[in-house]
Amino acid sequence: MSCGMDGDLDLRAGLTRRGLLTGAAGAAATFILTACGPKRLYEAPKEQLKKAVADLEKEYKERTGVDVSVADTPPIPGVVFAYALDISRCVGCRRCVYACVDENNQSRDPQIHWIKVLSMNKEDGVDLTHSDPYYQPATVPEEGRFYMPVACQQCRNAPCTKVCPTGATWTEKDGIVVVDYDWCIGCRYCMAACPYGARHFNWAEPEIPKAEINPKTHVLGNRPRRAGVVEKCTFCIQRVRNGRYPACVEVCPTGSRKFGNLLDPESEIRYIIEHKRVLVLKEELNTMPKFFYFYGT
Amino acid sequence: MYRSLVLPLVLASFTAGATAPAPPAPRPDSKAIQGEVPKTSEERLEVPPPPFSEGIFPCSGCHESMKPNRTRRTLVDFHDDIVLKHDAEHRWCLDCHDADDRDSLHLASGERVSFEESYRLCGQCHGEKLRDWKAGIHGRRTGDWNGHKKYLLCAHCHNPHQPHFKPLAPKAAPLPPVRPGQKRGTTR
Repeated sequence: MSCGMDGDLDLRAGLTRRGLLTGAAGAAATFILTACGPKRLYEAPKEQLKKAVADLEKEYKERTGVDVSVADTPPIPGVVFAYALDISRCVGCRRCVYACVDENNQSRDPQIHWIKVLSMNKEDGVDLTHSDPYYQPATVPEEGRFYMPVACQQCRNAPCTKVCPTGATWTEKDGIVVVDYDWCIGCRYCMAACPYGARHFNWAEPEIPKAEINPKTHVLGNRPRRAGVVEKCTFCIQRVRNGRYPACVEVCPTGSRKFGNLLDPESEIRYIIEHKRVLVLKEELNTMPKFFYFYGT
Repeated sequence: MYRSLVLPLVLASFTAGATAPAPPAPRPDSKAIQGEVPKTSEERLEVPPPPFSEGIFPCSGCHESMKPNRTRRTLVDFHDDIVLKHDAEHRWCLDCHDADDRDSLHLASGERVSFEESYRLCGQCHGEKLRDWKAGIHGRRTGDWNGHKKYLLCAHCHNPHQPHFKPLAPKAAPLPPVRPGQKRGTTR
């Protein structure tokens, strides 16, 4: 008891003089370090971001030999992106998978696919446990099967962004969950947290043939990655912030993929939500996806 | 008095619609219910040219000199490659193709429609598909999500004579994950 009292007294005595001074000096040092040190992209001032982007372009030119442009297009005010996929129409042809790989500079070896198309039994309905991503018949659709492409669900209540220890992943104002590859330390907590298997890890230095590199990139999207970082679908941030459709939407031969502004009552997405039978994956987890599956028939 | 005012207004809106680069998709539900929308020009959407087989159009090129034979029969001399798998039991060529104006189709009402407007013909039976297509839900769309959207005609994806969507060869399946040191295609 007396020990504790002594301790308390010591502490109080320290606070009055030396403690206060060292504390203040420490706080000042921390402030200076954080103010001048590297920033996460969402907190970086405009000029610093511009310089970071220019540095990246230079680095990529040296590394890949391709003139890669890195955009930092900001979110459009009044826009929250959402996606809808017609599971009564998808035939499982995987055109979207490879359009995505080409557009977003995913590693060819080791192979990374942001979209995984699951084949399921029509009689069983949506059953993720018994779904098959490795189907390879001569032609699709197969008798009695239906297909469910799964990529990042762009959750409003995203578990992946909560677990990141470095703040390297967050939700942008237009609802896109992004990764800052320079702050990602590769701990893969986000991959464990994601209930959709939508995040992918670069186990080795990504390999892309020089001729296949997409030079139009966004700093939060498809810019070239290094080994040891996590990547994911960004709704083609480099395209959609310029008004274009994502690559998977444009390539889908059945027109199963729909995309638009959730806040615009005239958008296709709102029409689907208001007129069709809509479901989200693993609704019970309260992740609140902005990726909706629907039955167009 | 009121009527004489309205007519020029409606005409003006037609011409404006024809020159505008991107006619917005009409909201089919509300307008159809209110019955305000004139049936013809307003509904005409911007579509790419219809997917004719090479050298087949204009049909009048051959048919002009021929007298229409309106008897239902199996074609043997020409067009015998066309197999109708689209309610063939109840229909044949001249239910959709117009016998008097060979470069047109016609609706059940007898109104002639061009091949560019063939979606109106399809929509007579597939009304709910036409509604969804106009709203951008049925069928493929390219262009911009917030601006100029491009439609495709029904016939670009569905062969009108055999409309069932053709099976496709799927692209390669993803590679299963491999443990470090494991050879691909083996279990060790």
